[in-house]
Amino acid sequence: MTDKALLSVEDVVVDLPTPRGNLRAVDRVSLTVGAGQTLGVVGESGCGKTMLSRAILQLLPKKAKLTGRVMFDGQDLVSLDREKLRKLRGRSLAVVFQDPMTSLNPVLTIGTQLVETLQEHLELDLAAARKRSVELLAAVGIPAPEQRLTQYPHQLSGGMRQRVAIAIALSCEPKLLIADEPTTALDVTIQAQILDLLAREQRRRHMAMIIITHDLGVVAGRTDEVAVMYAGRVVERAPTLALFKNMRMPYTEALLAAIPKLDSAPHTVLPAISGRPPDPTRPLRGCSFSPRCRYAVARCHAEKPELTEAETPAHQYACFHPIEMPATVPA
Amino acid sequence: MATLELDLAEEAVSQPAKKGKRLGILFWAAIVWMIFAFAVAIFATLLPIPDPAAMNMLARRAPFSATHWLGTDGLGRDELSRLIYGARISLLVGLCAPMIGLTVGGALGLLSGYFRGRAGTFIVGAMDVLLAFPPLILVLAVIAFVGQSILNLTFILGVLGIPAFMRVARATTLTLSRREFVIAAEALGASHARILLRELLPNVILPLLAFFLLGVAVTIVVEGSLSFLGLGVPPPTSSWGSMIAEGRESLDVAPRLAFLPAIAMFLTVLSFNLVGDTMRALTDPRQGAL
Repeated sequence: MTDKALLSVEDVVVDLPTPRGNLRAVDRVSLTVGAGQTLGVVGESGCGKTMLSRAILQLLPKKAKLTGRVMFDGQDLVSLDREKLRKLRGRSLAVVFQDPMTSLNPVLTIGTQLVETLQEHLELDLAAARKRSVELLAAVGIPAPEQRLTQYPHQLSGGMRQRVAIAIALSCEPKLLIADEPTTALDVTIQAQILDLLAREQRRRHMAMIIITHDLGVVAGRTDEVAVMYAGRVVERAPTLALFKNMRMPYTEALLAAIPKLDSAPHTVLPAISGRPPDPTRPLRGCSFSPRCRYAVARCHAEKPELTEAETPAHQYACFHPIEMPATVPA
Repeated sequence: MATLELDLAEEAVSQPAKKGKRLGILFWAAIVWMIFAFAVAIFATLLPIPDPAAMNMLARRAPFSATHWLGTDGLGRDELSRLIYGARISLLVGLCAPMIGLTVGGALGLLSGYFRGRAGTFIVGAMDVLLAFPPLILVLAVIAFVGQSILNLTFILGVLGIPAFMRVARATTLTLSRREFVIAAEALGASHARILLRELLPNVILPLLAFFLLGVAVTIVVEGSLSFLGLGVPPPTSSWGSMIAEGRESLDVAPRLAFLPAIAMFLTVLSFNLVGDTMRALTDPRQGAL
């Protein structure tokens, strides 16, 4: 891993009070991202990925309680005052959201939205901000950027809108970009284009990036490190290559098995993960994946496994019976 | 193999076709009437019409003639000039009162919808109190206390309009402030003031403006009703409502004295409603694509 981390999330816990009791959305998550590095956060819906990204940005709902530390560039974002945080957001920390239909203001033109962000953070005059907006739109691959400036979001296609959202996020040269399911709302060909665009801009600007997705296919080959989340916890964490070569956590294996393969015969039944994630308001005593895990034994239901190191310190997993070391207890 | 080259540049440059929607003859008729009503009201003093307060007891309820185009009323005053001067009052009150509602109610609605919490509850509670108070009694009490004048009338009608505007603004803000673009703006480091003014206000202002035009129409009618009840502008100043009230006395001999101002009011209110609807449909860039 890198010598000095740009972002380090330490023991972050997010609790959301709900009418049905306390919901622990993020459970003692620790992650690090070095400058210029890419981290993929993978997991199924409702496993706390988005809450984790909101916790990093300090954009949690008002009722949510956050404990732990989020160190970014030497500052703890959790205890930072509002005004400093505001200056940091957009300037050094930027986000691209899942749905470009709703992440752009529907009644303002693309130009207005870009120009205002630039003026706010970089204190450019109108002409300079406009010039830079055109450059940014061109950089994210939007043809005829000058004309696009006067258009409204609904006049653009989904892919174009996501490009605009990326342009806005990149406008102030952030050090860290958080892409929260940036391609989920787009079709497959556009997905690849957007991911390539993100990778290209990342290399060019040497910024760190966190890609949050439910698709292991998205993170493969595009990230340096992957963290697999389940029920609010990081259950496996490894450099991307190591993860795909010898994954340890049964959940990771199940996720990978659930990706459709191009070379499989037609009408092949996709191996889905049976059951549903546990109710987050009623935490399990044991491993949260144990009810759905096909390797689970008695100990898995009674005790929570901690993140332990595999052969390298960079590869960590939370499982009593990792793959390749199958349970000795007869089923 | 030939590469698939998309000629995007050319395709994209073609601007979306200018809005060539047919507005319909009704819309234009409404616009013409509104311009006409405003023009005569604004330039009333310059028009070659008799003094609206000059009485001529020898020519009471005179029929249409060259000197009195629309005849005279029960006190021998020129009906046309009373209508025109009455338009000044009706339009002035009709425009200014909803303006108070729009600004104050809109601001309160935005704030209470965005911040919620205790301040929001307090604002909504205060508005509920205002709504629960019988409006006519309130107008009566206030007019009796501060005296009958155009300014007081406008002010009290404006205050009565605040809760409705506040509710429209708050409802829109509540749904919008949960939208991702607001979180996105916050994630880009926007302050509360910026989110309210630049992100939310442009979205909220559209339904508010449509509601404003409706408010103008309603206020003209309410002002008419109040004048009809003798609570409006003090005589001899004419307003459409007070003219209808005065015409009521001679409904059997000269029904036109009540009907002419009623028609003027009807046409104006209808025009505002028509234009309001069309403008909303035209200016809304969202096109239901949310």
